[in-house]
Amino acid sequence: MTTLEIRDLHVSVDTPEGDKPILKGVDLTIGSNQTHAIMGPNGSGKSTLAYSLAGHPKYRVTSGSVLLDGQDLLAMTVDERARAGLFLAMQYPVEVPGVTEANFLRTAKTAVSGQAPPLRAWIKEVAAAMEALRFDPEFQERSVNEGFSGGEKKRNEILQMELLKPKIAILDETDSGLDVDALRVVAEGVNRAQAATGAGVMLITHYTRILDYITPDFVHVFVAGRVAEEGGPDLAARLEAEGYDRFLSAD
Amino acid sequence: MGIDTKSRGTRLASFDLTDFPMPTGREEEWRFTPVRDLADLLLDDLAAEVVVQVQGPLGSGVTVEVVGRDHPAIGLAPAPGDRVAAAAWAAAESATLVTLNAGKVEDGVTVVRVIGSDGSTPARPSALHLAILAKAGARGTVLLEHTGLAHLTQGVEIVLEEGADITVISVHDWADGSIQAASHRVRLAQDAHLKHAVVALGGALVRLTEQFELAGPGASLDALGINVTDSGQHHEAQLFVDHAAANCRSRVAYKGALLGPLARSVWIGDVLIRSRAEGTDTYELNRNLVLSKGARADSVPNLEIETGQILGAGHASATGRFDEEQLFYLQSRGIPEELARSLVVHAFFAELIDQIGVLGEIKDALKMAVDSKLDQRSNHNQRRSQ
Repeated sequence: MTTLEIRDLHVSVDTPEGDKPILKGVDLTIGSNQTHAIMGPNGSGKSTLAYSLAGHPKYRVTSGSVLLDGQDLLAMTVDERARAGLFLAMQYPVEVPGVTEANFLRTAKTAVSGQAPPLRAWIKEVAAAMEALRFDPEFQERSVNEGFSGGEKKRNEILQMELLKPKIAILDETDSGLDVDALRVVAEGVNRAQAATGAGVMLITHYTRILDYITPDFVHVFVAGRVAEEGGPDLAARLEAEGYDRFLSAD
Repeated sequence: MGIDTKSRGTRLASFDLTDFPMPTGREEEWRFTPVRDLADLLLDDLAAEVVVQVQGPLGSGVTVEVVGRDHPAIGLAPAPGDRVAAAAWAAAESATLVTLNAGKVEDGVTVVRVIGSDGSTPARPSALHLAILAKAGARGTVLLEHTGLAHLTQGVEIVLEEGADITVISVHDWADGSIQAASHRVRLAQDAHLKHAVVALGGALVRLTEQFELAGPGASLDALGINVTDSGQHHEAQLFVDHAAANCRSRVAYKGALLGPLARSVWIGDVLIRSRAEGTDTYELNRNLVLSKGARADSVPNLEIETGQILGAGHASATGRFDEEQLFYLQSRGIPEELARSLVVHAFFAELIDQIGVLGEIKDALKMAVDSKLDQRSNHNQRRSQ
């Protein structure tokens, strides 16, 4: 049983005009096997939350705490956080020319699990996961994300989630830019990974569309850098009908 | 110091040392070089101290001999283009001549080992002349290896007769503190093809001048280069690709990684398309990856075109810092920072090493040499951060 506890988190970003506060006191607790949808309008700080949890150097935590199973996540380097069990599926996955997908996956798996995976079992596991996500096997020999379509990049993030088996997975707008078929493939991958590992999932999205395929246990509405309202799956249905205007006018 | 507005084609080239005044460091061809470090190599009293060993296939494809400078196969390449190259020529009473015989295909690699001292005594200023002659239709590969401690000016002439197709790879893996000027002077006859690659890893100062004269119609050149440069090292490559005949093709690709704060690299790529060189197709590229603050890479592409009747001419030059977003992405998958950096640097060179290493054994040897240099660095960093 894993718990990610975010307490009163304040985060700023450096801009040419100076320090700009983005997150203004986020409280959130995510446990194993739970799915939390984080919804909200553009610019509300959803992606900032995702990247500051993963440790991107652009974001500076000014106060608050984040504990992963009682360990201080904010004191860890980016790679230590991943090895502690955190995973971020990025909205814009980065191209790494010259590093093959196969080499990347094996290197990451070795780093996360602390030892090289047994070769034959690993090859089978990768092949099965790629097939389930509709990847041609030749992708293993291609450079990471280089020349991938938008949908292929998103599927590649979920492939990594399935293979690295994190305790907590943050999915940052994994649904954006996907057509309905790709969305279903990606959502099935998330559900499969969660069923296999019991991961806690933080699903960041602007639209309710993906929630037709991944059922959240909790819905949090994010406005102006903090959680403005929380509820069950029914809250998503209300947002679908009403939009975010109610929260924005109150801001 | 101004920009040199004269055509590259009019620059002095001569076999006579006295034609070249002592460089001051302000000349176009010297302005990036620490001339003082080479001062001993600009004189006319150089020793012949380094050892040359040749190991090669025993078939009929290759002949290796030591000959006098008056041998008819010596002095066929373009004349030296600066004083340090002329000094190497002036001092060379004999030369090691590797002949790839006419019409023969040699699958094995001829390895020429240039070996400095073991470092127990300081290296004396020395000169050395090598010649590679590919007779008509010859095919083969020559690998030049440079190791040990040396203080050397070296002339390498490479002459390809009609239809010859050869690969010449020069690996500079000198011991720390070594100083080398190397002048590769190349002439390609009609329909000849040369793949030429230089790999600079070691030494305190390695300055390569490479003159490629595409002298016969239909000649083709691939000029490739790698430098892995650490703090306190200066690696320099000055290329002159001279399109002097019609319908020739040249491709230049040089990449460098600068590892430490005082690492210094220079790449100059002069391409001249003479008026008679109609149908020329040329492209040159230089990329540098700067991994440390304070390191400096100069990159100077220069294209002169005297005829409009060409297929294509282009160049690209870029010097970039390590990409922090790539680093973040790899680290966010649990990969430690040093390993992530190493992955990206290997990736930076991978394609070029594949291009150089037509033969598996050479590719593997190059990968190992580059890896070992990079690993030294990362071990060094890890020790420092502990």
